[in-house]
Amino acid sequence: MMNATALHDIALIVAFVAIGIAQIMAMIRLVIGPDTGDRILALDTMVVNAIGLIVLLGIAQGTQVFFEAALIIAMLGFVSTVAYARFVLRGDIIE
Amino acid sequence: MSLFIIVALPFLGALLPGLMNTAGRAACAGVTFTVTAAALIGLLTNAPAVLSGQVVTAGFEWLPLLGLNVTLMLDGLGFFFACLILGIGLLIITYARFYLSRDDNMGEFFTYLLLFQGAMVGIVLSDNILLLLVFWELTSLSSFLLIGYWKHLPEGRQGARMALTVTGMGGLAMIGGMLMLGQIAGSYDLSVILQNREAIQESPLYLPALILILLGCFTKSAQFPFHFWLPHAMAAPTPVSAYLHSATMVKAGIFLMARMWPVLSGTPEWFVIVTTAGLVTMVLGAVIALFKHDLKALLAFSTVSHLGLITMLLGTGTAFGAMAAVFHILNHATFKAALFMSAGIVDHEAHTRDIRRLGGLRRLMPVTFVIATLAALSMAGIPLLNGFLSKEMMLEEAWRTELYGAPWLVPALATLGSLFSAAYCFRLIGHTFLGPVRDDYPARPHDPGAGMWLPPAILVVMVVVIGIAPFLAEPFVKLVTASVLGEAAEVPKAYFKIWHGLVPALYMSIAAVVGGLIVMAIFAPMLRLWDAAPRPEAKAIFDRLIAAVVRLAERIALPLHNGAFTRYGAVFAVTVFVVGYYAWSTGTVGPATRAPQPADPVAIAGWLMLVAATLGMVFLHRNRLLSLILIGIVGLMVSVGFVFFSAPDLAMTQITVEVVTIILLLLALNFLPNRTPIESTVLHRTRDAVVSVAGGLAATALAYHYLLRDAVVTPISEFHLANSYKGGGGTNVVNVILVDFRGFDTFGEIIVLGIAALLIYALTEALLNGPVRARLLNRLPDQPRAGDMHPMMMVILTRVTMPVVLMVGFFIFLRGHNEPGGGFIAGLVVSIAVVMQYMASGFGWASARLRYPYHGIIGTGVLIAGLTGIGSWFVGKPFMTTDFTYVRIPPFNEFELATAMLFDLGVFLTVVGAVMLSLESFSRLARRAHMPDVEHPMDIDPSRGDPPVASVPTPAKEGV
Repeated sequence: MMNATALHDIALIVAFVAIGIAQIMAMIRLVIGPDTGDRILALDTMVVNAIGLIVLLGIAQGTQVFFEAALIIAMLGFVSTVAYARFVLRGDIIE
Repeated sequence: MSLFIIVALPFLGALLPGLMNTAGRAACAGVTFTVTAAALIGLLTNAPAVLSGQVVTAGFEWLPLLGLNVTLMLDGLGFFFACLILGIGLLIITYARFYLSRDDNMGEFFTYLLLFQGAMVGIVLSDNILLLLVFWELTSLSSFLLIGYWKHLPEGRQGARMALTVTGMGGLAMIGGMLMLGQIAGSYDLSVILQNREAIQESPLYLPALILILLGCFTKSAQFPFHFWLPHAMAAPTPVSAYLHSATMVKAGIFLMARMWPVLSGTPEWFVIVTTAGLVTMVLGAVIALFKHDLKALLAFSTVSHLGLITMLLGTGTAFGAMAAVFHILNHATFKAALFMSAGIVDHEAHTRDIRRLGGLRRLMPVTFVIATLAALSMAGIPLLNGFLSKEMMLEEAWRTELYGAPWLVPALATLGSLFSAAYCFRLIGHTFLGPVRDDYPARPHDPGAGMWLPPAILVVMVVVIGIAPFLAEPFVKLVTASVLGEAAEVPKAYFKIWHGLVPALYMSIAAVVGGLIVMAIFAPMLRLWDAAPRPEAKAIFDRLIAAVVRLAERIALPLHNGAFTRYGAVFAVTVFVVGYYAWSTGTVGPATRAPQPADPVAIAGWLMLVAATLGMVFLHRNRLLSLILIGIVGLMVSVGFVFFSAPDLAMTQITVEVVTIILLLLALNFLPNRTPIESTVLHRTRDAVVSVAGGLAATALAYHYLLRDAVVTPISEFHLANSYKGGGGTNVVNVILVDFRGFDTFGEIIVLGIAALLIYALTEALLNGPVRARLLNRLPDQPRAGDMHPMMMVILTRVTMPVVLMVGFFIFLRGHNEPGGGFIAGLVVSIAVVMQYMASGFGWASARLRYPYHGIIGTGVLIAGLTGIGSWFVGKPFMTTDFTYVRIPPFNEFELATAMLFDLGVFLTVVGAVMLSLESFSRLARRAHMPDVEHPMDIDPSRGDPPVASVPTPAKEGV
């Protein structure tokens, strides 16, 4: 019978591995493409995974100060994705 | 009135003409006149003390460790010059009010004039020679602006450049000389320097210091061989010529020679250099002046000649010479300013200054004729006018002076100079005013209004009064002479008289006047001879010299600065690599003090991704969009890395900067092709690869080295950690460092940030107003474009997100002092929130809702930050001392208020303004002619009830 802390640790490891693999796979997608849309989406996925990584780091180190960084990325990370998308679609991102 | 106020008044007053510009020309001139009059009255309140022989002083310490203090002193000499500057200034301002046309920007003119006036008064009242140098440079700069005032005239611009080059060069030399002088005397205060005559003249540095200071004086006072700039400066409006180039600025060099006379004069070096330069200038100037057809050019060369005369008198090193010099400075200022103004009147009314086209103006302009004739006769040295008196004294001094062992040389040259001087005066009168009335003047000449003839008339009254009753000027001139001489010599006993008896000077004077009349009689053949004779053209020589210097500079600079960033990067990297390797291989390397930490798989994965993204960049960088996406990975992983190493502030900053950068680069990419073309050879690329690999490895090695060791024994971070809460009242050390410990740094940085944003704005404005405008407006997109400009989903989404983001920004800002956050991050967050609106709803829509211009926001931010810093002065603390307290407003929790927060507000506003201004400038470039700015936030909006087809621009319309 494992206690809660051990379970917590195992869950953390699993989550880290899962997100790490997701991140690597997203990156592979980013490199092979084939077109720009795929790459932008891959980058967006990487942003989402990065939020996850930061939250996990916060849990692992037992601190809350990291969550704001995650919040900021969650709130503003999509802006660059939108900008990329607008660039691909319209060329001019502010018109 | 305090001397500070006298010096400060013109500078402060310089703000007024610009403000009064819209209130009309009379108001603009009136306010300038009032400022000058106030300074003059202030000066005159000190007159009783000065006339009784006291020296009025005022001063405070500015940079005492450098010896640079704001110390002013007012003695006879300073009083005399300050009176000249302000008194003639009043006349010039009156004259300029009527001289300038409606097309001229009067506010600009009077602003420059007051700046110049303040700088001149500063020179003559400075006690500290370093302060004097500051004012000296200011006169060069302000005279540059004044000479080039008519910006549409190429001669004006070229003349201004030439004047600035020559006088600026002299000023540089003088800085060297003054520093040497200060080193010898052990103080930069004139009052101390003037006491150290023996020490200075015995020092081995005396000769270099003398030569350097004289270079400054000679360039400023247009002495041979630096005289050539003055005639070219005549492209300035006539009030400027009358003020700067006859009465004040060109006398600055002479003032300084007089000021330094007690310590520098009396040596053979001084005598030979100064007397020779003065003599040559006097004769050369007089001869050239005779053959000039432009009235102002004639007067310019005559000024050169008279400045030479004064220089020669100072050069002789006798007390009598100094007295004659002082007297002639006074006389020359009166008659020459009057002459310049008369020339300006002729130009103004007859629309030409060419003597060959004039003549017979006696009947048409009787008032001007009387003024100009009296002034010119005074200049020629005719008795009963003041010029005669000082010229007699000059000739008497020349008679006694022996140069190069030839007793006849100086008297002969002085007589020759006077002869030509008389000749050009006669020509000025004869060829302009006398003779028959012509019928081919460019305009019908007539006397101007009183506003233009009264100022020179007042000066001519002085010319006559001093000329008839020299005893009136005598006590004052002797007082000034006494302060020139200092303790070096006694004031001569000689009285100022019209009739000295049959002395040699009288014969020389008669010879000069008679000779002048003879020259006039044979002027026509002489002119033919002069025109036929080859002579060097100063401007051509100057231009060639400048071109040669530019070529030399290019030869040195261009190989180093060829514009290729790779070359700069390579030079820098290789230098650092070599120097670093040398340091590492010759210095002692301590053992590692820290053990490496174990790496967990997540960190390794992150690191691998960073490496992979960087490698990808290297191979894919020619595809611009792809490389931008890869940079996105790097930014993201670096942010995660910052969090991993417990630096959430940095992570937040990194991610926000990342977003802004990507938007900025995407805006720029809109104007660039998708792929970077290959522009360098294989060899080049190999070189760059080698250098960059070496640089990268070296950076890695350095980082690894320091990761295992402590860089310094006690790092400064310990101080910051210990004092952050105690001293700065914040627990977020990063923020306290930014706004408190190194607040001054941050203040400088936000100013730079603001300047950079304004520069981007200025550049885009210049582009949009230039020839590129049409090309930008009519540019066709290089790829098919999707239809929806402003999709509804994005508009709604960003509209909903906006308040949330703003609240987060506000939160991050408020608690920045104690927890991760602060003005910088908050500024970035808020600007991203605003940019979202721009992207979603369009430039036109967002701009229409913009209430404050971004420039204003930048300015407000910098002002708030600066004022917060200044605020600590009011409680007697140094600049930017912070204070904090805790307040409690029910029902909120107790919270902290720190002055640093106000400073942080300044940072916040500047960041918002700068980011938005640069992004907005870029997107303005992308406006296109056939794409009108839409008022509606969305292309398709059911609530508007428009037929949807009409408002949707189809792809076909958008041009393929």
